[in-house]
Amino acid sequence: MEKPKVLITKKDVPQIAIRKLRELCDVDIYEGSYPMPRDQLLARVAGKDGLFCFITDRINTKVLDAAGRSLRVISTMSVGYDHLSLEEMKSRDIKVGYTPDVLTDATAELTLALLLATWRRLLQANAAATGQRCCYRPTLLLQANAELNNGGWGRCVWGPVWMLGKGLSGSTVGIFGLGRTGQAVLKRLAGFNVAKFLYTSTTKKELGGSYPVAEFVSFERLLQESDFVICTAALNEQTRAKFNKDAFAAMKNSAVFINTSRGGLVDQEALVWAIQTGQIRAAGLDVMTPEPLPADHILTTLPNCTLLPHLGTSEERTRAAMAELAADNLLGGLIVGKQMPKRLC
Amino acid sequence: MTFSAWCVLLRYQPLRICKTPRNLNFFKPAYSTSLPDSMEKPKVLITRNDVPQIAIRKLRELCDVDIYEGSYPMPRDQLLARVAGKDGLFCFLTDRINAEVLDAAGRSLRVVSTMSVGYDHLSLEEMKSRDIKVGYTPDVLTDATAELTLALLLATSRRLLQANAELNNGGWGRCVWGPVWMLGKGLSGSTVGIFGLGRTGQAVLKRLAGFNVAKFLYTSTTKKELRAKFNKDAFAAMKNSAVFINTSRGGLVDQEALVWALQTGQIWAAGLDVMTPEPLPTDHILTTLPNCTLVPHIASADVKTREAMAELAAENLLGGLIEGKQMLKRLC
Repeated sequence: MEKPKVLITKKDVPQIAIRKLRELCDVDIYEGSYPMPRDQLLARVAGKDGLFCFITDRINTKVLDAAGRSLRVISTMSVGYDHLSLEEMKSRDIKVGYTPDVLTDATAELTLALLLATWRRLLQANAAATGQRCCYRPTLLLQANAELNNGGWGRCVWGPVWMLGKGLSGSTVGIFGLGRTGQAVLKRLAGFNVAKFLYTSTTKKELGGSYPVAEFVSFERLLQESDFVICTAALNEQTRAKFNKDAFAAMKNSAVFINTSRGGLVDQEALVWAIQTGQIRAAGLDVMTPEPLPADHILTTLPNCTLLPHLGTSEERTRAAMAELAADNLLGGLIVGKQMPKRLC
Repeated sequence: MTFSAWCVLLRYQPLRICKTPRNLNFFKPAYSTSLPDSMEKPKVLITRNDVPQIAIRKLRELCDVDIYEGSYPMPRDQLLARVAGKDGLFCFLTDRINAEVLDAAGRSLRVVSTMSVGYDHLSLEEMKSRDIKVGYTPDVLTDATAELTLALLLATSRRLLQANAELNNGGWGRCVWGPVWMLGKGLSGSTVGIFGLGRTGQAVLKRLAGFNVAKFLYTSTTKKELRAKFNKDAFAAMKNSAVFINTSRGGLVDQEALVWALQTGQIWAAGLDVMTPEPLPTDHILTTLPNCTLVPHIASADVKTREAMAELAAENLLGGLIEGKQMLKRLC
């Protein structure tokens, strides 16, 4: 009996996934450890039964047409699916698998890491400590002269008002989107002496006793009252560009904005303006538009903007778990008698 | 003209010299004098000018305040010169206050107040032997220090600085998103060991509670054993996958042994807020190690924390100098 044919769109997938798939399928792996070029994707997806893809692969009508009628299962190694034309797939009876839950811890942890790095200004502090030539522009902020150019720490040594950040203790934290990631972030913030937690979500949540108390509020209240605004909501038509000019204007001037969900939730030009004009104090982004961000993008020049290259789930055990789950999803949809552990549609 | 001579001139009545027994009270003024305030107020020296204003304001109300003009550590010669004759000293962890400084101050120096909880920069035994009271600033900075410890731990284990560098140097542009790119080590399911479960250690433990850590361990030890506690043997004993974080003092680490451990993979990564020396030279080998995350001693660098530290240090100084006041946090 013929083995199902699958295409994996990058070669640097954790081996456990490749091993599992090779046992039961004919596996075609793209040779690069970068996103598969479009023309190659369209060519090599033709006649495949299954597709193992990543957030960097836009799987739309064109790809589905190129695949032809053989394509039965798409498995993405991610929980986000804004790169998939889901309605189109549903209409073609294509099953779609994704990887929720196994990556919640890593993403929530990275969100905390980014929040702490942003408000405690770790990047600038490190630049001062290691004497890197800073690409940031001079600003009026207290630390500017200390860390620009080499030897910032050498000149300043230790100062009572050097490198000051704004504290979590006694603050109000607002979470936009209290799904899996938002709840995991909330749980991790419990020990930081936060004075008040607010959240905005599609529905009110019944959280158990292991979570700190959080108040369900309107988006407007969240913006007006929060010292830290954390975006962990999924990207969809209701949330696209939700953080726009009005949103940043409504935030406190002392607010810190953190986004670890998708760049598409933010009107990035409005964010740049907000940071430059002091509408908000600082921003920490793990996701942005485009990805990868060009190294000379204006965001990279703003000293109160901390940027990370989409590290949300970049943790050893997490990626192995995601890869294994994605492989199991693919096999579950292709092999008779197997189930898809996490089916999106 | 001295104080006592002035009084004698006012009160001396020649007709009573021979017959009236001398009374020492004769020399006291019968009415209160109004002397210039500077003669009454204690003299204090603050060793840098970028102290939060609240401290300076409080001290200026009751003291003659001499503030060093720089926003960097006071040069040694100036410190020795200007501490002379002072009653109180408001200092920082960058000021080494040893016998030399105490000698230069002279016998007037009664109170030393450091704007820190650490006091390894103070010759405490020397101060005790001279009956100098010492104030410090515990508790008000515990939260900020614990937060920075978490920030550093997460930045180290999730490789934030390396990743940010790749964003800025075009590395991300080449890789875009890779399933095995820039992988860090997660706290979930890990074992966390805390060496020193005092105020900071407990506050760190509390903050780690929500991170799904599988197991917490801790060790305490006496102060005598602390110097270079983390040495060659210690790093050899650690797991190759271990992450080492130090936010207390550089002196607890044999730094050469740490460099070796990082270079040879004895440990996976290290995050340091404190090191030897401080400031670290920008060409120091630690700055070249990709698995070493460095920040320049910013543990208490939080706006409200530094203000609280400054205010407490000022209160300590006043508490030791002004009659009727108490030192809120007295070390000795």
